[in-house]
Amino acid sequence: MNQMKKTFQEMLRYPSAIAGLLTVAFLVGLAIYAMVAIPYSQALILWRGGEDIWYQNPKFAAPAWFNNFTKLKQPVSFVMKESDPGIEKVVVPGDQNTSRITITYSFDFSYDAFPQEILLYFDAKYKEKQPFASIYWLTPDGREIRIADFGVDSKQTFRVSQDEKLIRRLGGVAPMEGLFVGEDGQTPVKGVYKLVVEGVTFEEGSDLNAEFVFHGNVYGLFGTDHQRRDLLVPMLWGAPVALAFGLIASLGTSVLTMIIAAMGAWYGGWVDELIQRITEVNLVLPFFSILVMVGTFYSRSTWVILGVTVLLSIFTGGIKAYRSIFIQVKESTYIEAARAYGTGAGRIIFVYMIPRMIPLLIPGVVSSVPAFVFLEATLAVLGLGDPVLPTWGRLINDASVNGALYKGLYYWIMSPAILLMVSGLGFAMLGFALDRIFNPKLRDL
Amino acid sequence: MIANMGGYVDTIMRSEIRERITQSVLANKAYQDMPPETRKKIAEDLILVEEKRLKLDTPVAIRSFNYLTNALRLELGRAQNMTSDNGSRTVRLILLERLPATLLLMGSSQLFLFFSSIYFALSLSRNYGSWLDRLVISLSPTSAAPSWFYGIFLILIFSAVLKLLPFGGMVDAPPPDTKFGYAMSVLKHLILPGASLVVSAFFISIYNWRTFFLIYSSEDYVEMAKAKGLPARDIERQYILRPTLPNIITNFALLLISLWTGAIVTETIFLWPGLGITLYRAVGLFDIPVIVGSTIIFAYLLAITVFLLDFVYALVDPRVKVGA
Repeated sequence: MNQMKKTFQEMLRYPSAIAGLLTVAFLVGLAIYAMVAIPYSQALILWRGGEDIWYQNPKFAAPAWFNNFTKLKQPVSFVMKESDPGIEKVVVPGDQNTSRITITYSFDFSYDAFPQEILLYFDAKYKEKQPFASIYWLTPDGREIRIADFGVDSKQTFRVSQDEKLIRRLGGVAPMEGLFVGEDGQTPVKGVYKLVVEGVTFEEGSDLNAEFVFHGNVYGLFGTDHQRRDLLVPMLWGAPVALAFGLIASLGTSVLTMIIAAMGAWYGGWVDELIQRITEVNLVLPFFSILVMVGTFYSRSTWVILGVTVLLSIFTGGIKAYRSIFIQVKESTYIEAARAYGTGAGRIIFVYMIPRMIPLLIPGVVSSVPAFVFLEATLAVLGLGDPVLPTWGRLINDASVNGALYKGLYYWIMSPAILLMVSGLGFAMLGFALDRIFNPKLRDL
Repeated sequence: MIANMGGYVDTIMRSEIRERITQSVLANKAYQDMPPETRKKIAEDLILVEEKRLKLDTPVAIRSFNYLTNALRLELGRAQNMTSDNGSRTVRLILLERLPATLLLMGSSQLFLFFSSIYFALSLSRNYGSWLDRLVISLSPTSAAPSWFYGIFLILIFSAVLKLLPFGGMVDAPPPDTKFGYAMSVLKHLILPGASLVVSAFFISIYNWRTFFLIYSSEDYVEMAKAKGLPARDIERQYILRPTLPNIITNFALLLISLWTGAIVTETIFLWPGLGITLYRAVGLFDIPVIVGSTIIFAYLLAITVFLLDFVYALVDPRVKVGA
């Protein structure tokens, strides 16, 4: 305990160690927050979900905070449901069980670009006669545009920009421009717009509701992708996956390497020889291609890949380095004493030899975490990522497959890349500092 | 054994044959009216024949040996979906025609990396403790990220925003007519992928070698040489670089091995028509012979790298004697 306290105090002397610690703490916090805010099963559903879950979001929308830095403000997406402010619903009963329903959606539009789409998701209640709806558009400069009239099914989606009649009525202009454009024919008019749905129902108990969905060009904290998914989900969930993969892989690899090296050094003879030969063969094996083969033929599950990674990384250069130290440790007097009073091999290896090496182990574990985090991302970029899990590498893969860099959708690739970079750097800096603390030889260099 | 992966390839091949034949039987119009049991029977028979043809029924030991000789002779079989540029389906041709591009990219960037980082490391160890030295130390954790990662940033900066260099590929389309123009075009396309490979390993190798040089420059014989008043350049060459070279080369070999890995994705990101992108396409098309074949080729490249380094050892270090 005292030792740990001392180590910790020493760490505070290195600015890079503090920075590294803070980043790692931030990542752990992010991971915990992700797991609490979006439970695992829900994250999977959200990530696998298609239009039915994400219909409210626009495609390829940049993060909403971009507007704070640009001169041209892009319209922000929003949704208006029943009883939200901005919606006024008036029901006037008429003769013979008919009733007249007027729903007015008013919203403030003060942006410099046209939105992507306006949708109405109708929800009508009726038995036989379906209600009838006419939709009007009121602009701030006092124009009134008729959008469409139609009978409403019990569940119906109306896409304003795809209404052929409206396009004709607007003189061939795309509706999203035609509805917003001002006198100059270039820029949208700013102010309060109103969309009015005038419905008539023909039965008792028949009702008409509609959800108003406005697809702007920006959305949320991290924007959306080609499947309208909110990138917040993979950005958050990338943290626990990356941390788990990196930590388990590096811890598993280092601990197993150390145990095997200790066994080789202790038993000597053919055991040692075998370990040495396996290491030499393994060093020439193309590690990554083998991972690719496993990923293609066997399973793309992150956890299978993790296991193979650990297995393949045990017999590498590290085993030789540990062995050379263990051979020295083996000859030291306290081991000789242990042997003299008849301690078994297992006890000597696990209780006397390995604990001596823990100061070497800790920096090694920490500084090899980034390599594994990036390995997972690398596999994902190759298209071998876990098909189910939302990860940062998967985001980069999606983005590069969909040509995010060419289309200028930088946010899509940059936000996971920056998080990857931050996590890699955090662990690397911490590892560097720990290395110096535990190996005083390096300190002066 | 490399080619067979401990019998793993057998399982893969068996399941691949099963899937291919079941599919073809299902798709065959002539069998469509038969009851499912008969169709299943036909498929099973065909699978047995195919397994026999590929000698999957012979013992593993003999087969391993066969695979080994086949792999050594680069007889990698025929691809399922991919073709080489001249339309051949031979995996060997598909892979070998991609090899020069990979070697060009890796060779140029690795040589540049090696010499430039040794040069920088030497000059840093001379000015040990300067702000440049500290800057390099504090930048060395950046090497935790693989090269493709820097590739993305480089594309973003130089291609997307500044529009100075091409996004990817190896030559302009259409390729220039003159040989010189062609070479210049390749060079222009080489800059970004090469730079990303160099950047990803630059600081960590400078840091490692600088530490080596510092350790060696406090040896007694270096002090002695300094005391004799030898010029700094001679001391560096004769007394520091000479004994550290074997260490440097070992480090470099390990670095190379990890870089081969990174190169696969770097090529994919930059659409560089090398082995890596072929592997990427094979993964996408699920073309098993090509994936297995490229693994073998990568194994070869690694083995050749290590083999060549052994010779370089003997050249730079007279203490290493062949046959001693």
